[in-house]
Amino acid sequence: MPETTAPNGQSQAADFEPKIVAFFCNWCTYLAADLAGTSRLRYAPNVRVVRVMCSGRVDPQFVLEAFAQGADGVLIGGCHPGDCHYQEGNYKALRRYHLLRRMLEQMGVEPERFRLEWISASEGERLRAVVNDMVEKVRALGPLRKNAAAQLLEEATVR
Amino acid sequence: MTQPSARIGVYICHCGTNIAGTVDVAALREYAATLPHVVVARDYKYMCSDPGQELIKTDIAENGLNRVVVAACSPHLHEHTFRSACEEAGLNPYLCHMVNIREHDSWVHTGPAATEKAKDLLRAAVQRVVWNEPLERRQIPIRQSVLVVGGGIAGIHAALTLANAGKKVYLVEREPSIGGHMAMFDKTFPTLDCAACILTPKMTAVKSNPNITLWTYSEVISVEGYVGDFRVQVRRKPRYVIEDLCVGCLECVEACVYKQPKFADEFNLGLSKRKPIYLPFPQAVPQVVLIDPETCIEFKSGKCKKTCVEACGERNAIDFNQKETIETIEVGAIILATGYQTFDASRISYYGYGTYPNVYTALEVERLINASGPTGGELVLRDGRKPRTVGIIHCVGSRDEHTNRWCSRVCCMYSLKLAHLVKERTGAEVYNFYIDMRTPGKGFEEFYNRVAEEGVHFIRGKVADVYPANGDGQLTLKVEDTLLGQVRKIPVDMVILAVGLEPRADATEVRRMFNISCSSEGWFLERHPKLAPVNTFTDGIFLAGCCQGPKDIPDTVAQAGAAAAEAFQLLDLSAIEMEPNTAYVLEGVCSGCKTCVGLCPYNAISFLADKHVAHINEALCKGCGTCVAACPSGSIRQHLFEDEQIFEEVHGIMA
Ligand SMILES: Cc1cc2nc3c(=O)[nH]c(=O)nc-3n(C[C@H](O)[C@H](O)[C@H](O)COP(=O)(O)OP(=O)(O)OC[C@H]3O[C@@H](n4cnc5c(N)ncnc54)[C@H](O)[C@@H]3O)c2cc1C
Ligand code: SF4
Ligand code: SF4
Ligand code: FES
Repeated sequence: MPETTAPNGQSQAADFEPKIVAFFCNWCTYLAADLAGTSRLRYAPNVRVVRVMCSGRVDPQFVLEAFAQGADGVLIGGCHPGDCHYQEGNYKALRRYHLLRRMLEQMGVEPERFRLEWISASEGERLRAVVNDMVEKVRALGPLRKNAAAQLLEEATVR
Repeated sequence: MTQPSARIGVYICHCGTNIAGTVDVAALREYAATLPHVVVARDYKYMCSDPGQELIKTDIAENGLNRVVVAACSPHLHEHTFRSACEEAGLNPYLCHMVNIREHDSWVHTGPAATEKAKDLLRAAVQRVVWNEPLERRQIPIRQSVLVVGGGIAGIHAALTLANAGKKVYLVEREPSIGGHMAMFDKTFPTLDCAACILTPKMTAVKSNPNITLWTYSEVISVEGYVGDFRVQVRRKPRYVIEDLCVGCLECVEACVYKQPKFADEFNLGLSKRKPIYLPFPQAVPQVVLIDPETCIEFKSGKCKKTCVEACGERNAIDFNQKETIETIEVGAIILATGYQTFDASRISYYGYGTYPNVYTALEVERLINASGPTGGELVLRDGRKPRTVGIIHCVGSRDEHTNRWCSRVCCMYSLKLAHLVKERTGAEVYNFYIDMRTPGKGFEEFYNRVAEEGVHFIRGKVADVYPANGDGQLTLKVEDTLLGQVRKIPVDMVILAVGLEPRADATEVRRMFNISCSSEGWFLERHPKLAPVNTFTDGIFLAGCCQGPKDIPDTVAQAGAAAAEAFQLLDLSAIEMEPNTAYVLEGVCSGCKTCVGLCPYNAISFLADKHVAHINEALCKGCGTCVAACPSGSIRQHLFEDEQIFEEVHGIMA
């Protein structure tokens, strides 16, 4: 991937373009991104969306794998509490998120790199704000440290 | 599961200039051609058009494709189109995968970054689709009945349309009578039809239609299941009068120990009084009285003479021991028609609603000028005087960032209607205070001109204050007349507030029960604002009337007809194909830990004690994938969202 990382993992924040892998649920956040599109809301082009039916489908392995493959951030998007198309998948996602977040922190992955956000189908504007904010913050952090990624790769492959 | 022999065709849509104007489609095509397994890559102006689909079909036949990737718009729009095209060419539809390079890319990004993103997404899809497998669609039968929730004009029209087409309908209305807001009006704009004259026949038709089961004074309390097979529980509140036995003679009301009506009449918004046993309004359907236990002496003390029971005599319709009942029904489709509520005018304190008795809401005035209303149709103030000057303030609670930001669409028109009716009934001078006059509808502008010619005054400006004038209950309206460019103070006898329309207070609870979304304002969300305006994102649930957004009666009726047609079309299929994205257990791998068993919101997972493994009932699984992500041994998998497919998407993105 783009070799924006300077030797020793020191980034030049200015021209570093983070790459963020997003897992969006089919019924809310994916549709919010569709709505942002139909409303022609411009936002940072750094996010790549993987569609899943529900945020509850997001296996922690997917997140670890994304980081291990060099993603600078992972964003999970689901329906607001109470609004999950499958009633409570998002609560399951939330529980996993907390565990995973702690684990990632221990591995040296900054909390700003891993987010879970509730964005409903009508919140195109919020989608834009969340993406822009996350890209901003991850850009400020610079690329994911090589050793953290390596450790993750190891974790992820002992599946 | 590996597919070393994958032969992939990649199709990149220009969408006119929607995509091609931003993404370098030629570069994308060239790039696609270099990806593993890609046999052919093409770009075309409109992939969804017939010739576009034909390209895919021909390639499947001639190039022996066994996988197809279409980079175009959102799968929510055209996944079905391209899957069908593949199917027609003999390829299993689930071997086709879409890449969203329009909504998620060309419409939101610019410059080379947009093309870069398209490449990443396309590569991810190509890697993923290799792992896609042929799947069979599940067919489930559709129950031949429909639930309609809400008996306003929307629900009434939808129910009648379906019933007349021979479908069984359950119409559930919360209030003791159907009719909704329309039943409260005297006349309706712009034609000034008498509301009762056009509504009452439809209401009675609902009651007499053998295909409609009408449950008033009832509410849906739970909904389970899915399109084609919903299980719904309805709570029927006790009215303490047996519906089948009451003939609506009202002799009980006459005989009630309360000689005079004493309690605020809900239907007349408290402008008149009723007895503890009452009919909500003369044209109510069903023509069945009810007892309000809050005010009935028998309920309060158990010591009433029960003259009502005596009067009812051998009809024996009154039953003080009636209990609520819960009915369970099974329906194939649901139409939500729960309508709106009006803006609470007391929220804007400077208009003085609730403080000055001569400030009314438009809905109250609808009742006052209604022939069957509290004053028999005479427009009089609370002190019995006829108003000589009346001010109507438009946009109350609407188009204002402090209250509701939207235009309620009907207030200008009903304000014109009220101006006309007030002038006709009282000869009063009428002033309409408006911000913008919004009359976009058939015959609307003409109606405006007519009312203007009748001598109604129009002042353009937002009323800033309402305060008492020189005694006599008169009020002064202070307004900056933006056409004259000066502040004016106009004394009036009566102020009418044109309150806006807003989502009902319980809209969130209702929509959650039916598992549908809402807009940020709280209106129920349609699947597509233009192309699927009565569908929701939950298959089998449709919308009609103001629960979806403010609209007038003509639009409400049109939408209710459309919702009925959609429901009819669904039922007429008799069976529906379900997306085969269900989860399944690899029995050989399952460790029997039972982590998954309690997890499924649909109780689709059971534990087979004999084999000591979990089992998923595919008919119950809705495909959320929660159990899949939770299984510690990786033994639950999900069709269409297999781990390999998602990992490959991630790898593709990051490659
Ligand atoms: C003052 C005023 C004057 C108007 N004048 C005109 C006019 O002249 N011409 C015109 O075209 N339009 C007029 N309108 C607009 C008109 O009222 C609406 O277009 C129309 O009433 C919408 O009908 P509906 O069935 O969608 O909603 P509603 O009339 O609100 O009916 C909804 C029904 O659903 C029931 N309900 C709600 N929630 C539940 C639930 N959870 N379970 C069961 N039942 C439920 C309610 O009790 C109600 O009976 C006016 C509006 C106002 C405020
Ligand atoms: S969670 Fe997985 S291993 Fe445990 S019972 Fe369910 S399917 Fe079997
Ligand atoms: S995928 Fe969801 S609906 Fe299906 S069995 Fe698993 S938890 Fe239940
Ligand atoms: S469907 Fe959106 S979080 Fe479950």
